[in-house]
Amino acid sequence: MPALALQTFRLSKHFGAFTALDQVSLDVRPGTVHALLGENGAGKSTLVKCVVGYYRADEGAVLIDGRETAIPSPTTARALGIGMVYQHFTVVPGMSVAENLLLARGRVPARIDWRAVRAELEAFMATTPFRLDLDARPLELASGEKQKLEILKQLLLRPRLLILDEPTSVLTPQEADEVLGALRERAHSGDCSVLMITHKFREVSAYADDVSVLRRGRLVCSGSVADSSPQLLAQAMMGEGRVAPVTVGRLQVAAPGAVRLQIEGLRVMGDRGEEAVRGLDLQVCSGEIVGVAGVSGNGQREFMQALVGQRPRLAGSVTLEGRPFHARRAENRSQRVRSLPEEPLLNGCVGELSVADNMALREFDQSPFAWAGWVRWRRLAARARAWIEEYGVKTQGEGAMIRTLSGGNVQRAVLARELSGEADLLLVSNPVFGLDFAAVAEIHGRLLAARDAGCSVLLVSEDLDELLELSDRIVVMSGGRIVFQTPARDARRHELGAWMGGRHETAAAPQERAA
Amino acid sequence: MSAQAWLDVLIAVIGGAVRVGTPFLFVSLGECLTEKAGRINLGLEGVLVLSAMSGFGAAWLSDSVWIGVLCAGLAGAALALVHGVACSLPRVNDVAVGIGIMLLGTGLAFHLGKPLMEPQAPQIPSLALGGWSNSAAVQAALRINVLFPLGVALAALLQWGFANTRWGLLVRMVGDSADAARALGTSVNGVRIAATVAGGFIAGLGGASLSLYYPGSWNEGLSSGQGLIAVALVIFARWSPLRCLAAALLFGGAGAIGPALQSVGVGGAYYLFNALPYALTLLILVLSCSPTRSARGAPLELGVSR
Ligand SMILES: Nc1ncnc2c1ncn2[C@@H]1O[C@H](COP(=O)(O)OP(=O)(O)OP(=O)(O)O)[C@@H](O)[C@H]1O
Ligand SMILES: [Mg+2]
Repeated sequence: MPALALQTFRLSKHFGAFTALDQVSLDVRPGTVHALLGENGAGKSTLVKCVVGYYRADEGAVLIDGRETAIPSPTTARALGIGMVYQHFTVVPGMSVAENLLLARGRVPARIDWRAVRAELEAFMATTPFRLDLDARPLELASGEKQKLEILKQLLLRPRLLILDEPTSVLTPQEADEVLGALRERAHSGDCSVLMITHKFREVSAYADDVSVLRRGRLVCSGSVADSSPQLLAQAMMGEGRVAPVTVGRLQVAAPGAVRLQIEGLRVMGDRGEEAVRGLDLQVCSGEIVGVAGVSGNGQREFMQALVGQRPRLAGSVTLEGRPFHARRAENRSQRVRSLPEEPLLNGCVGELSVADNMALREFDQSPFAWAGWVRWRRLAARARAWIEEYGVKTQGEGAMIRTLSGGNVQRAVLARELSGEADLLLVSNPVFGLDFAAVAEIHGRLLAARDAGCSVLLVSEDLDELLELSDRIVVMSGGRIVFQTPARDARRHELGAWMGGRHETAAAPQERAA
Repeated sequence: MSAQAWLDVLIAVIGGAVRVGTPFLFVSLGECLTEKAGRINLGLEGVLVLSAMSGFGAAWLSDSVWIGVLCAGLAGAALALVHGVACSLPRVNDVAVGIGIMLLGTGLAFHLGKPLMEPQAPQIPSLALGGWSNSAAVQAALRINVLFPLGVALAALLQWGFANTRWGLLVRMVGDSADAARALGTSVNGVRIAATVAGGFIAGLGGASLSLYYPGSWNEGLSSGQGLIAVALVIFARWSPLRCLAAALLFGGAGAIGPALQSVGVGGAYYLFNALPYALTLLILVLSCSPTRSARGAPLELGVSR
């Protein structure tokens, strides 16, 4: 049978004085889907990185098919048939999708016959649920598309053990179902074993055979999914005595107020020289959450970037409280605009700066944190410590480089900066990308609280469930335009899905349905 | 000024473009290769001077110009190796190391080159492309260094290789995302060192065409910063080898305008003309700069502080 059996034996890993993994003994049976759960910073990524040789474990061993095997580098892992989809994207951003796939496949011939390679890649792509433009560069792709590229890269290798580190965090639930369904089928037919890290209990109960839970670097439970329940798993993740917060209701206290953000005829250029946003009109009122649904790659990324000032606007007007808004720093401050960009490590942080410095980015030159041109670092550090406490950011201290934080904790650090204090407008993209369930509930609660306090929230998300749960009004973006809008309480999933899938191309007058 | 004089200027500029542009071409190709792998080697100025000296010395000692050319390349590669290895150490900044290499290379060359001021070494042969004309000026201008066609071929080869060979893809991957390369199990430092050394060899050929081609002698003022300018040319060429060729020719041609005008009697603003290449480069840099277009081709690992 080609599927591999993987065991780790008392694997430990330290970063300086910090123990990220503490004697973890995991057992993945061949031909099964094994889910790995744990809070943000529990050590899940560290564990799988040790298995594939990205990190070297300080103690313990990895057993493949029962034999102790040294895996000093990812090349060795690949040669053994172990494929890994990393949590942070490892695509080469400046090289085309075709080049990325070829590099990942390995066995790059000394001279490349692109015609043959492309034909082969096209044929391969046709056997998968994904479609990607072979000439696009990841630099220009949305996170959902990048994630698909990551998974494609691994499928191309026909791995015997596939490790996925939060593969579905940026996929829509439908896409996730397709991917996980396909993987489970492969596993059960004995082609490969799957080890999957996730934060979603739904995926665990629907697709996994076995499940293990890590807490603070220790394996706290491991067993068959049939014998577990989301409650038990949640308890194992959080530990005794810590109860998981309940999701706040989405009931709106007051009707939305006056229009605050008004976007008219917005047009934005994409990276490939085509218009990504083509005449977009949208209004957001005070005390309202407007959710933007859409399949990734339909201009949401460019739309958000244009709003927060990362990308020039070609045409159209954006006004905030009747005044033109260009997202300059001073405007953001006086009009109280905050944003949570997607991939916060890239778009909302300076990776090489400390957590405290990153938390200070908005206000380091403002009183009370600056005085006559001098920055009061001590005050900033004190506030950073308070935020780290309040938002539960797991870090080795406020002076640690933010790059070294786990994926979810980077997100929390940025959230702390953007959500604290009063905001009038929040521009949010995929806010819970990679957060554990407790953090998701907490963040959602904070967004709803902001809304109830009168803030306007524009929420772009590829997760329809999240939009349905939070939004007051949902708009669907497709082909760079808003093609449909509806109050969230009347929204029907299949209808939204149809619009997301591009129904407007056949529909006669899409805007007629608009409220 | 007569039409004939203008023609002479034009021919002199074309000839100058090739003659002055050849060293620029090699150094910028070497730097292009290095930068594609994600490192900046400012030390190429030192590489250029050291290889010019070594090439000249080797040619003089062995009495064979080709041994000289080879030694120039090897000297360049050796010095680049120092850069490549030093930058692979943790927390070492490639720009700082580059400046060190630049000083080391020139210092070493000046020291070892003292006995080479006097002698004459064999010269790199030239191709006479002006045979069709009976004007002496045309013939002189179109007599070109045989290394030049080699450089053109090299530029085309690199351009093609970056897109169509395993090595090209590896170099670009390492230059674009060290993380991705590591995840695929590629040795980032290994590829970078190899690219830096190969770049040093190529730049060394530029050194050979400085000291072993007309006027062909070794002296301390030989390079006068050409290695540094080549670094700027690479940025200007947006990391494309073929555009490096165009940039080198443009720069060489602009440098020849001053002397050419002077030779036909327009000598008023001699020093101003000498500044022309720099002014031109600046102007084109500004004009060709666009926030949307510039990104393509730039290795993303460049300028990442470590
Ligand atoms: N290179 C590093 N240097 C220092 N500390 C690190 C490094 N990598 C990870 N850590 C620390 O190890 C701990 C575990 O990190 P890891 O990335 O494995 O968490 P995780 O379980 O994957 O969390 P998430 O769900 O947020 O991705 C974290 O506290 C993190 O700060
Ligand atoms: Mg992780």
